[in-house]
Amino acid sequence: MNDDNDDVRLTCPLPAAAGDTVQLAHGGGGRAMARLIDAIIRPAFADAELDRRHDGARLELDGPAAFTTDSYVVRPLLFPGGDIGTLAVNGTVNDLAMCGARPHSLSVGLILEEGLPLAMLRRIVASMGTSATACGVRLVTGDTKVVERGKADGVFINTAGIGRIVAPAPVEPASVEPGDAVILSGDIGRHGMAIMAAREGFGFETVIESDCAPVAEAVLALFAAGVTVHCLRDLTRGGLAGALVEIAEAAGLAIGIDEGAIPVADHVLAACELLGLDPLHVANEGRFIAFVPRAEAGRALGVLRRHAPAQHSVVIGEVHERAAGEVTCRGVLGVERIVDMLSGEQLPRIC
Amino acid sequence: MKFRDEYRDARAARSLADAIARTVTRPWTLMEVCGGQTHAIVRFGIDRLLPPAVTLVHGPGCPVCVTPVEYVDKAIAIAGRAGVILCSYGDMLRVPGSDGDLLAARSRGADVRAVYSPLDALEVARRHPHREVVFFAVGFETTAPANAMAAYRARQEGLGNLSLLVSHVLVPPAMRAILDAPDNRIQAFLAAGHVCTVMGYEEYLPLAAHYRVPIVVTGFEPLDILEGVYRCVRQLEAGLAEVENPYSRVVRRAGNRAALAILREVFRVIPRRWRGIGDIADSGLGLAPAYAAFDAENRFGPVALDREASGECVSGRVLKGECRPTDCPAFGTRCTPDHPLGVTMVSAEGACAAYYRYRGIPARSS
Repeated sequence: MNDDNDDVRLTCPLPAAAGDTVQLAHGGGGRAMARLIDAIIRPAFADAELDRRHDGARLELDGPAAFTTDSYVVRPLLFPGGDIGTLAVNGTVNDLAMCGARPHSLSVGLILEEGLPLAMLRRIVASMGTSATACGVRLVTGDTKVVERGKADGVFINTAGIGRIVAPAPVEPASVEPGDAVILSGDIGRHGMAIMAAREGFGFETVIESDCAPVAEAVLALFAAGVTVHCLRDLTRGGLAGALVEIAEAAGLAIGIDEGAIPVADHVLAACELLGLDPLHVANEGRFIAFVPRAEAGRALGVLRRHAPAQHSVVIGEVHERAAGEVTCRGVLGVERIVDMLSGEQLPRIC
Repeated sequence: MKFRDEYRDARAARSLADAIARTVTRPWTLMEVCGGQTHAIVRFGIDRLLPPAVTLVHGPGCPVCVTPVEYVDKAIAIAGRAGVILCSYGDMLRVPGSDGDLLAARSRGADVRAVYSPLDALEVARRHPHREVVFFAVGFETTAPANAMAAYRARQEGLGNLSLLVSHVLVPPAMRAILDAPDNRIQAFLAAGHVCTVMGYEEYLPLAAHYRVPIVVTGFEPLDILEGVYRCVRQLEAGLAEVENPYSRVVRRAGNRAALAILREVFRVIPRRWRGIGDIADSGLGLAPAYAAFDAENRFGPVALDREASGECVSGRVLKGECRPTDCPAFGTRCTPDHPLGVTMVSAEGACAAYYRYRGIPARSS
């Protein structure tokens, strides 16, 4: 961060008294806050709506819309493969995509901890701007608050997003049907293990990078190609297991998956084995599952594999009518077991 | 993944299961000692590959399950003191004490930290010289050397603000207690491979000879476990009672000399209470007199062991292999990982947690 500090000294127009960290005055609604927004946030988000300096954004939307919100808290703020800013944009973009919507605009709520280096804030909002541009979404309105030192973990970010629904039929658990194929968009467990390794300072030989990525383009391509999509779900906390159980329970159907079909990168698997964690429960930030009629699964894979974050999409299982709400996994020895949500916090075992 | 996939090969597993089926001519009851093995068995469905004549009984080898509740209470009480940082393995943090667990203590403001190694606790003590840092040291022989190393280094560095709350237990005395029980039905053991990595397997030789039980040093992958079962039933059918070590890629006869040396330096063998099982002579480790200054019980007062309350939970019988998790009327109904009645439903190595997690509630009828 020292390099970035130099950058801040050269360009930050804040009075010298404010130093190079976030002060309580930056959230006070006065000059300091106006300067912070004008100097750091508005340039990073670069949107004409923000330049109007009004209390909210005016948007033009035709037809049905999806609206979602998510809050982002992560330690460390920067990690291999991303930072809290990329998470906050991609996460909400992905939630909109999972609703069958084309992401249109996001709001950004920043809760900053007193003492946060301005260089860190600059980096995070720059990531948000870059991520938003990359997935064609606008950051049109926002809010900044500063809390006393010790009352937050550096930065908390809330983003809400709105998008136009392009799916011709409802994309939701209730639309899932027996016989649907379950498609997984790539290998699992990268984000959770990247964060754990970075947070705890594990000296793994290979650096695990988060899979944090926007998946909207890949998902929208399914609709553009006319593939029937019954349900989509991005895999975040709770991992693949959590997403499957939620959908099985909400749909009142059973889901059977094949453990051998689920891709996990070797270095992620090794880290999971070492810590006694099941990759099925580990968090992801750029993976999703799609439920499509079995007959259309091949075509769906063909479409998804043309897009980088989903280029390793595979069919991992199928929806059944038996035992509503149950998710089972056929293990590598051919014996089925139950897949359940994680109970409580994911904690490494003793030995 | 190398060193893993080759031990999970379905065809090799099937051929071992077939060999077991061909060998067995009558019913046999085997105990896998370690909770890690129990989880592998239930997760991969290894028991379902075996002929009905072979019964696998789950053993006491879950370190957090057998830690007396009074130690958990003591850890919570110490964590609640001003200025204390209490460190332990993550799995220990959600073990229920008499009134809540360490995670609940943390939510009330206690400084409770999950560490991955006792040496992390040492580092916490170095970084916070004005605070008392207590490491809750539990586990079998597997974790004991690393815990011993933390005490050893603290003494060498004169790190006066680190202490250990020690509740270490040893496997062979527990096996002896199980075999001595009047209604014992265990005819052979899959010994815990990781314990033997540290200790070697010479201490099992007198056990096998005295009780006439085959003991096979067994790893944790499906093929390791099937190989262990195969060797056990082969011995049983032949009327043998020997110690075998097919887990030779990891375990040496004399164990890990460096680890054993640090154990001898820091610990001494003492009697221990096992949660759900009771008092077992010479079944645990406590800090040796030279390390008394690093004993949290000397610094914060001794742990007072009460007579165990007998509630609805049958975890003690589960740990001794007297019943299966699914035999318990509370399993999956009044007792779940979210609302556990006993530790075996909480721990990553607990048998009840394994059944609940991998087989769900319908397992009761299977």
